[in-house]
Amino acid sequence: MKNAVRFRDLTLGYDRHPAVHHLNGEVADGTLLALVGPNGAGKSTLLKGIVGLLPPLAGTIERGVPASDVAYLPQIAEIDRSFPIAVYDLVAMGLWRKAGLLGRIGRNERATIGKALATVGLEGFEDRAIGTLSGGQMQRALFARLLLQDARLILLDEPFTSLDSGTVADLLELIRRWHVEERTVITVLHDYEIVRARFPEALLLARSPVAWGPTAEVLKPENLLRARRMSEAFDDRAAVCEVHTEHAA
Amino acid sequence: MHDLFIAPFAEFEFMRRALVGMLALSLGAAPIGVFLMLRRMSLTGDAMAHAILPGAALGFLVAGFNLFAMTLGGIAAGFAVAIGAGVVARVTQLKEDASLAAFYLVSLALGVLIVSMRGSNIDLLHVLFGSVLALDNATLILLAAFATVTLLVLAVVWRPLVLECVDPGFLRSVSRAGAPVHIAFMALVVLNLVGGFHALGTLLAVGIMMLPAIAARFWATDLTRMIAIAVAVAFASGYGGLLLSYHLGAPSGPAIILVAGVLYAASLALGPVGGLRRRFAPGRHLEA
Repeated sequence: MKNAVRFRDLTLGYDRHPAVHHLNGEVADGTLLALVGPNGAGKSTLLKGIVGLLPPLAGTIERGVPASDVAYLPQIAEIDRSFPIAVYDLVAMGLWRKAGLLGRIGRNERATIGKALATVGLEGFEDRAIGTLSGGQMQRALFARLLLQDARLILLDEPFTSLDSGTVADLLELIRRWHVEERTVITVLHDYEIVRARFPEALLLARSPVAWGPTAEVLKPENLLRARRMSEAFDDRAAVCEVHTEHAA
Repeated sequence: MHDLFIAPFAEFEFMRRALVGMLALSLGAAPIGVFLMLRRMSLTGDAMAHAILPGAALGFLVAGFNLFAMTLGGIAAGFAVAIGAGVVARVTQLKEDASLAAFYLVSLALGVLIVSMRGSNIDLLHVLFGSVLALDNATLILLAAFATVTLLVLAVVWRPLVLECVDPGFLRSVSRAGAPVHIAFMALVVLNLVGGFHALGTLLAVGIMMLPAIAARFWATDLTRMIAIAVAVAFASGYGGLLLSYHLGAPSGPAIILVAGVLYAASLALGPVGGLRRRFAPGRHLEA
């Protein structure tokens, strides 16, 4: 089976301090993976690394898909909600790779955009300014944009934070569909109930990987406890790491 | 009516030229102003406008009132300050607004000094406040060319520019266009300020860029409409200001900017989007 992502002795971090430490493993194509762990465990950092926004301090990330086939929804999107732009145009940005600078948004594209808006339940919101959307509606719009990106590898960073249960259920349904379509989805989540119910595979991270495999195994109490103990704060005077794993080059 | 609103332009060629110059300036500068405002860079425009002075002044020192020397000098100085301020902000702890302030204050002082070394006080006034009533053919062609380049470049970079304003993180994740688009945009800012410099002078050039854009904010919730309104307000200011200066014998540059200021105040008071009217006379609330 092809790999969507492979980590080899990967260390990611800021200012030489590791936020993800010596991670090895692979995410098979079509996996629905939950990325769990305490705050500061390196979950968001790992996603940034996969997207390519953060170069590794050591080790490598190999992606089985080109950059154009990766869609990424950051935890706090840097969206300027006071900008005078309609929901329709925000969602249409998902076609960037197809349309580019000057590509035409023709009848087919408009139909695709309309379908994406309908799928996330935002029909009738096309002309609304993005500043008038609620938090849940905004997240729905961003999911519609992800739909249009039509990517093989989808990375979601805490997509359900501060959303009501109805919205979460609708968005989970979209994720399930992506899984059925054999796309690879990696989602950072804090709600273990959702992870247990909806995600077959989980990676528990506390800077170093604690457990990775079938969700029921990974989310055992002893693993969770270990993860909590391992996630202390940065030590400003930490010594240079001398760990060498078998994969290290 | 005819005497009041049309005769000045029908009778005098310099008035017609000024009107055409203002049309070109409105088409180029107003859309740029809208983007500056939406990116919270309104004062950056002001700083850049001051920054082009020493370059234009050097051109003046070398060649007198020579269009090309002053244009070239202005563009060079504008780029130098834009790049310099950007580099200082990235390399040191200083924020970009502070470094721009430092650069432009020095530029302004230097520019005034250089002009005074060679020219008279009249020349200085000319440089600071422009001479929209004395536009010759070459200057008009230059203004028209700047407007054309501005509109063409905006058309090409429109999508990434809007994307960079709305959701820079998304643009970074799908494309590397962010940096080149930003540079192209800053180049357009410099170009339009140099154009404005010829008509309205260093101190007022930024007025025709920003005031119409800010006024348009109160009338539209949609970017395209906002830009169309900004262009209309800019041209109306040019037309109204020229009439005012003709009938009252007032200096034309300040008259144009003052009319833009009046239109801004009117928009602030009457505009339907987030203005004073909404605040103090909101009307009864709607059904859910």
